[in-house]
Amino acid sequence: MGSRPPQKVNQLVESSIGDASFLNPILAQDSASSEINSFVFNGLIKYDRNLQHFVGELAESWKIKEGPEPEITFFLRRGVLWHDGKEFTAEDVKFTYEKIMDEKTNTVRRSDYELVKRAEVLDPYTFKVTYRQPFSPGLGTWSMGVIPKHLLEKGDINTVPFNRKPVGTGPFRFVEWETDEKIVVEANPKYFQGRPKLDRIIYRIIPDSSLSEMELLTRGIDSYSVWPFQYRRMKETPFLNVYSQPSLGYTYIGYNLKNPLFQDKRVRQALTYATNREEIVQYVLYGLGAVANGPFPPQMWYSNPHVKPLPYDPAKARQLLAEAGWKDTDGDGILDKDGKPFRFKLITNSGNDTRRDVGVLAQRAFRELGIDVKLELYEWSVFLKNFINPKAFDACILGWGLSPDPDDYQIWHSSQIEKGFNFVSYRNPEVDRLWEEGRREYDIEKRKAIYWRINELMAEDQPYTFLYVPLAIAALQKKFMLVEKDSTGKEIFRPIQMEKAGLTYDLIKWYVPGAPALEK
Amino acid sequence: MLITLVGISIISWVVITQAPGSPIALTMDPKVSPKVIEQMMKNYDLDKPIYQQYYLWLKKLFTGRLYSFKDGRPVMEKISERIGNTLILNLVATLIIFSLAIPLGIFSARKQYSFLDHLGTFGAYLGISTPGFWIAYLLILETVILFGYPVLGMRSFVTEGFTTAELVLDRIWHLMLPSIIMAIHGIAGISRYTRSSMLEVIRQDYIRTARAKGVPQETVYYKHALRNALLPIITIFGFLIPDLIGGSIIIETVFAWPGIGRLSFQAVLARDYPVVMTILTISAVLTLLGNFIADILYGIADPRIRYR
Repeated sequence: MGSRPPQKVNQLVESSIGDASFLNPILAQDSASSEINSFVFNGLIKYDRNLQHFVGELAESWKIKEGPEPEITFFLRRGVLWHDGKEFTAEDVKFTYEKIMDEKTNTVRRSDYELVKRAEVLDPYTFKVTYRQPFSPGLGTWSMGVIPKHLLEKGDINTVPFNRKPVGTGPFRFVEWETDEKIVVEANPKYFQGRPKLDRIIYRIIPDSSLSEMELLTRGIDSYSVWPFQYRRMKETPFLNVYSQPSLGYTYIGYNLKNPLFQDKRVRQALTYATNREEIVQYVLYGLGAVANGPFPPQMWYSNPHVKPLPYDPAKARQLLAEAGWKDTDGDGILDKDGKPFRFKLITNSGNDTRRDVGVLAQRAFRELGIDVKLELYEWSVFLKNFINPKAFDACILGWGLSPDPDDYQIWHSSQIEKGFNFVSYRNPEVDRLWEEGRREYDIEKRKAIYWRINELMAEDQPYTFLYVPLAIAALQKKFMLVEKDSTGKEIFRPIQMEKAGLTYDLIKWYVPGAPALEK
Repeated sequence: MLITLVGISIISWVVITQAPGSPIALTMDPKVSPKVIEQMMKNYDLDKPIYQQYYLWLKKLFTGRLYSFKDGRPVMEKISERIGNTLILNLVATLIIFSLAIPLGIFSARKQYSFLDHLGTFGAYLGISTPGFWIAYLLILETVILFGYPVLGMRSFVTEGFTTAELVLDRIWHLMLPSIIMAIHGIAGISRYTRSSMLEVIRQDYIRTARAKGVPQETVYYKHALRNALLPIITIFGFLIPDLIGGSIIIETVFAWPGIGRLSFQAVLARDYPVVMTILTISAVLTLLGNFIADILYGIADPRIRYR
């Protein structure tokens, strides 16, 4: 047998557990497809590296006209070419929007544009949207990848072959897709921000995470998302750089507020006081995370740094429970009130060891208070269908993965109890009002004040026990560098950094120094 | 046979569509509104009564307009691009099984209760009781360390500059480990079957008669006994046919082998009903076909059975 092919190739090999589904940004829902789509397509705008402001992509600039029916006008970049050579214009943007809004298109992204009243092409390089009402998270939805009108006008978008051989405007153009094996993209020499320094990216599908770790260690792949338990091993591997950033999401214990047990705020506070979240981060996440203070990840601008997470204080917890009327009157070791014991079921989905471990620790902590907790695990679909959706649970352990915009209206507003994601049935009129205000306000400083206030109120209400924000950890072979031009135009190399927006934020500047050019 | 098939597909349809979960909104995305989910259910005909959904599936299957929920591709295209991969893996595994298991079984039967027979029994139990994925992990690790050459997938992912001969060798190399691991259980099982059925046959009167009239040992075993001893193996062979196409979920997943087993597993997880149902129906057809072929083989191998 031949030996392993030379490693110093100017390319990036990534891996994914699952294959992509649609290489079409308006249809894709899974992370594999979204990642490839981010190489091949561009949105009008994108988040900056700190996930706070926006920077232009296909739009060079934009203007927001506030009012009862706000308008956003995008001024598009000229001379951007689709990978097949045709020029990109505002017609493509309008087409993308219309395809998303078409009921026959099987896309969940339609939800993002429900408040759009009108989308118009003013001239080939100007695109204007009008909203029915002020809706500041609307701007961020225009980071959606734009698809080419000339290739998708005909045929059923749900099933066209385009979805497997996409044509975009992005830094990399599509080369091939071997089902369940690999997807290859190569540098787009005509990219409007300059040709990417890497020659190509290979996206391998390896359906098992321990095998992808092995591939990483034998240098068959270049980057890998690391689980907390692998962190030390990776850190000690000499040819790997390990990066981390707090992730955009958190894990929590949610209490069903329709259940009389949890209706008293003091009870919920007591349960949080009783949960040793430092210990959970220490033992379940190997220290690779931070205790959450509320519904916002602490690294984001809308998280209130003055709200401190409730400390671990079982004595305080006992006191609060006693104030709420929970005492062990019959001496059986379990708290009771009006003759009813404090007993509930804590459920989570199976297949997630972290949540299971959190459940065991929480169960022990609650038992020490005299609360009888039973922990049960269910398969994901069963978990959703039988427990979460019909709200037929006492308490659940779950996590949210969030978007960079703070508008979590769908999770917390009381209008979302019936059919939305407020399955814990949280209802606080002041918080409701603030969520409404927050999505109407365009000024970032004013929004910040609103969300800081929400943060305070919810830390007081404790509808969830907000557990932790885990670190997103990535390992990358050391051979990669960022290449940039200094003020004199000379090329300089810098080490790669992980931004709030992720490791690959500067992907088009990545380079393998000393690698031979790929033969064409 | 057609009635059995329709029955099987109706039962599978009910079981699969009534299991909890839905192909849409498997993940909890708070940015997705309930209205959009309802519309998508409608687009996929999931709002219709179950008998209508079944009818529509059948109609689409036969008119070739059946698309996967997961990636919008024609279901038959998805299956046909993988069927070859699974077929080759299973054919090689079956070849290994039969070429090793039958001689092993015969040998064990001839040397009944000898040390080697006991060793064979021990080996067989070890083979049956060791989980395939575990051996697979060990073998993958060892091979990678020993040879420093990738083993996952059907081929090395960088094959630029390989000659045709090297490409073929690379394919064979990648085929070796998974097919050996797939064969382990089969070898262990079938060698046991062969041994016991051989032992049963050589106690029969006609074997004693053959021996008594002085037929040489080899001829007794390989001509008179073996033919009868192999009859039960034919049944097993019949069962193997659906397996050939059905693939192995575990081996295909562990070795990143793009076959039918992995496809059906992913389809079940994603509640991709069109794909799951079509694979199930194909398996049902093959099982029935396998039984049919086994019946015919019986007729050929055993003169006592004649079809009228």
